[in-house]
Amino acid sequence: MSDHEHPPLPPAVAPVTRRGLLFRVGLGLNVVAASFVGIPLLGYVSSALFGRKAQQAWISLGELQQFPRGQTRLATYRNPFTTPWDGSVADIPCWVRHTSDGAFQVFAINCAHLGCPVRWFPQSGLFMCPCHGGVYYEDGSVASGPPPRGLYEYAYRLRDGHLEVRGGQTPNLVEPV
Amino acid sequence: MGRIQDTARSVAGWLDERLQLSRLYAATAGHTIPSSAASWWYVLGSGTLVCFVLQIVTGIGLALVYVPSPNEAYQSLEYLNYTQAFGWFLRALHDWGSNFMLALITLHMLQVFLFGAYKYPRELTWVVGCVLFLCTLGMAFSGQVLRFDQDAYWGLQIGISIMARIPVVGDALVHLVQGGPIVGSETLSRFFTLHVFVIPGLLIALIAVHLRLVLTRGINEYPVSGQGVDPDHYQEDYEALLKETGIRFFPDGADKDVIFSAFVIAAIVFCAAVFGPSGPNGPADPTLIHTAPRPDFYFLSLFAVFALLPPYLESFVIVYILPLAVILLFSVPFLSNQGEKHPSQRPGAVILTLLGMTTLVALAWLGVQSPWSPQMDAWSGEPVQVEFVKGRTPLELVGASVLQQKQCRNCHSIGGRGGKRGPDLTDVATRLTSDQLVRQVLQGGGNMPAYGKHLSPPEVSAIVAFLRTLHPPNEPAARNPARSAAALR
Repeated sequence: MSDHEHPPLPPAVAPVTRRGLLFRVGLGLNVVAASFVGIPLLGYVSSALFGRKAQQAWISLGELQQFPRGQTRLATYRNPFTTPWDGSVADIPCWVRHTSDGAFQVFAINCAHLGCPVRWFPQSGLFMCPCHGGVYYEDGSVASGPPPRGLYEYAYRLRDGHLEVRGGQTPNLVEPV
Repeated sequence: MGRIQDTARSVAGWLDERLQLSRLYAATAGHTIPSSAASWWYVLGSGTLVCFVLQIVTGIGLALVYVPSPNEAYQSLEYLNYTQAFGWFLRALHDWGSNFMLALITLHMLQVFLFGAYKYPRELTWVVGCVLFLCTLGMAFSGQVLRFDQDAYWGLQIGISIMARIPVVGDALVHLVQGGPIVGSETLSRFFTLHVFVIPGLLIALIAVHLRLVLTRGINEYPVSGQGVDPDHYQEDYEALLKETGIRFFPDGADKDVIFSAFVIAAIVFCAAVFGPSGPNGPADPTLIHTAPRPDFYFLSLFAVFALLPPYLESFVIVYILPLAVILLFSVPFLSNQGEKHPSQRPGAVILTLLGMTTLVALAWLGVQSPWSPQMDAWSGEPVQVEFVKGRTPLELVGASVLQQKQCRNCHSIGGRGGKRGPDLTDVATRLTSDQLVRQVLQGGGNMPAYGKHLSPPEVSAIVAFLRTLHPPNEPAARNPARSAAALR
């Protein structure tokens, strides 16, 4: 092929054949059909993101007598948002502090560092975390270690001689209780 | 006899004409490789693949019994361990198979890196290999979650807390992974789906691409010092090498792979039979808070990093450094794409590998020791040793008992026993004077809580009196010279 001889350029617009047209119509139909499947599927998978209901409720931790003044005790509640096959993972523990002046503080079990379960030591008045050594004072404020904030604290109220807390989801730095 | 052979041959011929198997063989397993590539160094990739096949087979077996529901998962694992015939062995094979797969894929990556095999024209092979590596880590983590015990439950909590620190999308990610407000049935089902359908599907597809790339671009020739890669004529050189030294991969070049794969399977079977399956260790019940979760070994180094980083750096590392490390891993072939392949000519690569591996192993070892964790039962389980209380005054003895009762030993060891979170107290008297001890106990500081509110003045006097006795016999306790001078006056 010499330099000034060019191969014929393809026509700017390819002629539409019957087969080509049918194929394109078929593709379009498939896109429509796929969206019938895809949109509900996306909705199904992302329901945890967008279809989220307010996952907060008032939960009773038991009668007030269970929490003597001046003591911090472990309480357990059944998370109100569960499936029947959740088993024991929906039994959520928390620390209830009844201060000597009669107020309450209810702390989530999860360390504010990375979520491990903190333990209460009444002798030294400290919460200690077994994972990375986060330590908190009795009022939930950070005493030492890596936690970026104090223990997560539930809102509480007293109803008919019961201690109730507002909860329902595992706390983390973005959504503290 | 001859007639049977003839018939067999004609049936095989008929089948081959329809299925074109001999042509498939020539294009795949029978492809030509440089004879130098049939080396003991080149068996790690096929070894990883053998592990993966074993994981699929044993995994299908386990899925026949396992129930992915928080209420039954633990029981079904116990059933596998103790009731189902060979259930424990299948679990052990799957467990050890995953350990071997992780070890081999890591060694394979290191070998590929050190041999410069990622350079032109095999960049994409490396990139796909990196995705395979991440998928394997994903399999390991999701598999650990399916072993729905205490470690799995709290490991998930830790993973989710890490995710929550990612800005903007953290919250959405948490809910997507958790599937509900707490770690529960939907979380376990999600990890089951990932572990059994999604990631294995990805792995199979990507292994196909990885092997396809090995076929199209050829296996890396054994690196020769002084013979670098020049993209301009690499392909011609490689083809010349194939013409000169080429052998069929299967069966001629696969001799060592075959032997190695048998050894790998034998080693997995040996470990499974001798050491058995791991766990399950205690049911995933959040109310059982007397637990000290530890990750499986491949996440120990990460676990250690989170414990050792200063708190203000943690979120920064999660958000920037970890993704950056992954991006760096992927971009290796684009950062150095040509030149020398032989490790003796690439000291930087060798040093980087040695440093990287030393760091990982050291961090993992620290993770095993985890000196940053308080020893939660030291106050009740590790009494002050006799030699530290012998011949002490009553006040000092009370001090020793206060030290014990106030959980000091959870973080402080005496004579090497007790927590390692704080300094060892064996010779604390040589470092701090009485005043300094009082101040430290009451106000804390330097990562120690203040005990002022929880110690009465007599308790403080007692504990300080005891701590003052903690010094070697030939080294006196530290004194405040200003105080002694005042006393003399």
